[in-house]
Amino acid sequence: MKINRRDFIRMAGITAVAGLTGAGTIARLKGNSLEAADYTPPAEALKAKHWGMVIDVSKIATPEDYQRMMDACHIPHNVPGFDNPKDEIKWIWADTYEHTFPGMEHPYMNPEFKEKNFLVLCNHCEKPACVRVCPTKATFKRADGIVVMDYHRCIGCRFCMAACPFGARSFNWRDPRPFINEAAMNREYPTRTKGVVEKCTFCVERLEKGEIPLCVEKSNGAIVFGDLEDPDSEIRNILASTYTIRRKPELGTGPSIYYVIGGGGHVRESA
Amino acid sequence: MLEKALSGSRRYWTLVLVLLGLAGAGVLAWFKQYSYGLGVTGLSRDVTWGFYISQFTFLVGVAASAVMIVIPYYLHHYKKFGRIVILGEFLAVSAVTMCLLFIFADMGQPMRMMNIFLHPTPNSVMFWDAMVLGGYLMLNIVIGWTTLHAEKKEVAPPSWVKPLIYLSIPWAISIHTVTAFLYAGLPGRHFWLSAIMAARFLASAFSGGPALLIILALLVRKYTKFDPGEEQIRSVAKIVAYAMAANVFFLGLEFFTAFYSNIPGHMNSFIYLFAGLEGHGKLVPLMWTSAVLAVVSLALLIPPQTRNRLDVLLVACIAVFISLWIDKGFGLVIGGFIPNPMEHITEYWPTATELTITIGIYAIGFLVLTVLYKVAVSVKEEKEPPVKLPAGAKQEA
Repeated sequence: MKINRRDFIRMAGITAVAGLTGAGTIARLKGNSLEAADYTPPAEALKAKHWGMVIDVSKIATPEDYQRMMDACHIPHNVPGFDNPKDEIKWIWADTYEHTFPGMEHPYMNPEFKEKNFLVLCNHCEKPACVRVCPTKATFKRADGIVVMDYHRCIGCRFCMAACPFGARSFNWRDPRPFINEAAMNREYPTRTKGVVEKCTFCVERLEKGEIPLCVEKSNGAIVFGDLEDPDSEIRNILASTYTIRRKPELGTGPSIYYVIGGGGHVRESA
Repeated sequence: MLEKALSGSRRYWTLVLVLLGLAGAGVLAWFKQYSYGLGVTGLSRDVTWGFYISQFTFLVGVAASAVMIVIPYYLHHYKKFGRIVILGEFLAVSAVTMCLLFIFADMGQPMRMMNIFLHPTPNSVMFWDAMVLGGYLMLNIVIGWTTLHAEKKEVAPPSWVKPLIYLSIPWAISIHTVTAFLYAGLPGRHFWLSAIMAARFLASAFSGGPALLIILALLVRKYTKFDPGEEQIRSVAKIVAYAMAANVFFLGLEFFTAFYSNIPGHMNSFIYLFAGLEGHGKLVPLMWTSAVLAVVSLALLIPPQTRNRLDVLLVACIAVFISLWIDKGFGLVIGGFIPNPMEHITEYWPTATELTITIGIYAIGFLVLTVLYKVAVSVKEEKEPPVKLPAGAKQEA
């Protein structure tokens, strides 16, 4: 077969493109890529089949209570503080009833609930929409139900932010490091780079060391953290005996965070 | 054949230089975005996709619309479209090129883009979108180039092209369906969570794309010796008329479902777009412009008396194009983010840097289009004597 220079270049080009994308992709689809979730935790780690939270909002009364829990999370996790809403990054924050549970408010509500703030964070959904849409598996659900991020794999497409029905995700619109308080910076925890998405991690780095999440620790008993799959756990006991609600349950994502609205009396005094 | 793009009139080179200049400005603005981060755009935590992704969405439609020329020509043997089918295929190449560039511009970590292929994730619609867009680009380059080359050599196109052409038909449908699925499968985004989304996308694509093709064909007719043909243009006009009518009908269906059901989540984005919500209404004038232009275009396109007049048709096609560009290149994506999942309202408007990058990408797309059309038109001019020269048109290549 005779081949001229033009045909050779053309064929080489097509082969290179097909080889680099097509064949490479097919090979990786077969499953020889390293999963970001492949990891065995140490012996002292807290373990569960499905981590979840119950938040008793009646036990969180003052703005200082919210601020204490937010600071307990944001400062050690090196979450930058931007003074404008456009660049804002938040893992845990507070909002009113009508914004936390949209569509469930009514005009004759008890003003105490109407004006009260509710703690909101990532719901660590059972069927997380953010994980379903991520094109690189940079966000994934661990075997214990926690939805986490691989900041080094994230391409910053923000599909997860469009998919999350709870507004739980933040994007680094610019370099976050100059906006982390230098004095308070936690050298033990990574900072993030511009162009990646981040959110609450249920403090996986603390569970590793046998410690409960920071917001739970600082909640004075308002938040109970536990294994939803364990029928004898405290969290299951509360769920079985108290009326609790979840955010947007009709969407089928299966949030792992439950709210006690009126005060259950079952949530213990200190966690 | 590419050498045909290297010799041209003064007007051709002026156009190329202007486009290169705009592209250069876009690249410089992109470097600014790359060093600072996507914070240079008007995007925020609440409106996370904006101008780039909406241009991408709109242009996928333009790319898919080539099929409206390919189907009559290859499946129904409507031979008269032989004169313009290459214009449709090359328009698709240019549009997909812009789509890929807009995605690239929207990435927070553009250098990690290949992670989509390194860690392929079939449950992500974005993975499939990357696949079908890449495939469609390759198909149209191969088909367009091979058939044009055969025409130049005055031989029949090689037989292996035929299956590729047939493949390109469902493939064109797939690119816009998959793009609609990026939006239509997200829980909690009521504005997009609509089964008719893909159908709406296709209807708007099959009106907006051919409308642009008519505008381009009329330009080619005016400024080159190659005449795509009046009958051909009128046939495409019929396609635009039908598809635009379907598009407006589908949009009406969305309005009915939202407002008759009276479900707030379904109504909120429409209210925001067309009337303003809680005092926020930046997009209201644009959306009404789109609505009025849609009605005007249908009034001009449906009666044959107006549609068949090429000067009126040009006005109608410009109206269709602007109407759909606003609807899809602005309202559809941004409207879906407002109000946000916690029912707060954060508005969005593109920044100057964002617009410069956008214009730069359009310039690159039109540069690709100009070069490809130059090649195609030069080949056609050699093969066919000018059918008709409109008054005032200069005889230059």
